[in-house]
Amino acid sequence: MNLNKIFALSLRHIYLIKGSFPRILDLIYWPTIQIFLWGFISKFFTLNSSFYENTVGIILSAAILYDFLFRSSISYNMMFLEEIWSRNFTNLFIAPIKLSEIIAALTFTAIFRTLIGLVPASIIAIPLFGVSIFKIGFPLIFLLLTLYIFGVALGLFVTAGLIRFGPSFENIAWASLFFLAPLGCIYYPIEILPEWLQIIAKLLPLVHIFEEMRNILIYDIINYYQILKATLISFIYFILGVIIFYWSYDGAKDRGTLINMGE
Amino acid sequence: MKLEVKNLIKKFKSTVAVNNISFEIEKNKTLGLLGPNGCGKTTSIGMMLGLITPTSGNIFINGISLEPKNRIELLSLMNFASPYIELPKKLTVKQNLEVYARLYGVKKISDRINEMAEDLNIKDFLNKKTGELSSGQKNRVSLAKSLINKPKLLFLDEPTASLDPDVGDFVRQYLEKYKENNELTILLASHNMKEVERLCSSIVMMKQGQIVDQGTCAELIKKHGRENLEETFLKIARSKNEFE
Repeated sequence: MNLNKIFALSLRHIYLIKGSFPRILDLIYWPTIQIFLWGFISKFFTLNSSFYENTVGIILSAAILYDFLFRSSISYNMMFLEEIWSRNFTNLFIAPIKLSEIIAALTFTAIFRTLIGLVPASIIAIPLFGVSIFKIGFPLIFLLLTLYIFGVALGLFVTAGLIRFGPSFENIAWASLFFLAPLGCIYYPIEILPEWLQIIAKLLPLVHIFEEMRNILIYDIINYYQILKATLISFIYFILGVIIFYWSYDGAKDRGTLINMGE
Repeated sequence: MKLEVKNLIKKFKSTVAVNNISFEIEKNKTLGLLGPNGCGKTTSIGMMLGLITPTSGNIFINGISLEPKNRIELLSLMNFASPYIELPKKLTVKQNLEVYARLYGVKKISDRINEMAEDLNIKDFLNKKTGELSSGQKNRVSLAKSLINKPKLLFLDEPTASLDPDVGDFVRQYLEKYKENNELTILLASHNMKEVERLCSSIVMMKQGQIVDQGTCAELIKKHGRENLEETFLKIARSKNEFE
């Protein structure tokens, strides 16, 4: 892989973000709204029911982690869609850049977009609701990494769909994460799901990540085996995403859709 | 660079878009690829750019086959400009040229951008967003991008479409001058016959996915008994032949 080419493609997206204040505002706005919304809902529950005592931190931490996943995946998709919307697709694919370098550039740049939105929102939650995601401690790095890998994997599935089916697949890009949210057991334990759905849910890394987050915050227990399992599952999805992306690219070359993508 | 296209075929399901075409462009020559809309020019160019996988046939660039293992090496020596593809509109001209210079591994990027800006008369709007430019300005920027890596093989798809005569002439003059000073082979697809007559040393005429005639401009005009290339094109495009 050529780092200079990866940097070049990242630079294209960094320039895009840097040059537009509304774009930066948009990146910060949605995660912040999410934090406010879940923060106030949790606070209301705490004040009105003893059952929900001490749950503000858990619900809000879950909201922040889920938003991290959501933003990672959307960032990845958005950067790819930007190439289609700007009709730059052909220029990009006739440049001497490998597919692996395109994937690497989108993967590394997606983290900037994600952090621009999430860091301010996470910091706001500290004084406003007395909740700090950083209370999770050292395992937070692994949880974020696992979510990021899974977010990028989802991004790869969606971009593979964009290459395969064209810009009309865009709606799936927005909906993709909402499909998984109920199965991810983000705000509730897996036992809530019917048994048959639990089997499917366990195939997703989300269940293991959010279960582990609750264990850390409620019982102060860190189970690195669970975290490792979640990371491995995410990585399998990532590899699968890369394979499907390459397969879609070859299919698009065969169907001749790369040359007029975005028109 | 020499470009050789041998027995190239592209089928999309039951439709034959390109039907067994073969031609060559010698080093430093310009070939005009002509034909009515839908005759297979874009598909052919797509295959030569490595964007479309041929059903069968071969493309050689300086004797090296354009297959996946040679793709990066060959693409770094080629480039493409077309008014139908654009550069990111929200980036400035300079940012776009910088990104592509890096993607093509250009050394001394600033010097190269300044050189292109001077030659193509785009320095006044280097810091302007690409989406804010007029079509004439965009066209010159697109040309700058296509020459940023000093390609040895350039594909131009209607490079002066929708330009006013002044800018169109500027682009044609620039290409002529550029070719005098640089080693460059060009494949030009155009519907502007005067442009083709002026820039191309030879012509390939396509119709319904096949090559129906090829030769120099003078040869084709003489062969078809017409006054100029435009009339020759019309005669070929409207004729009933064995392909219909």
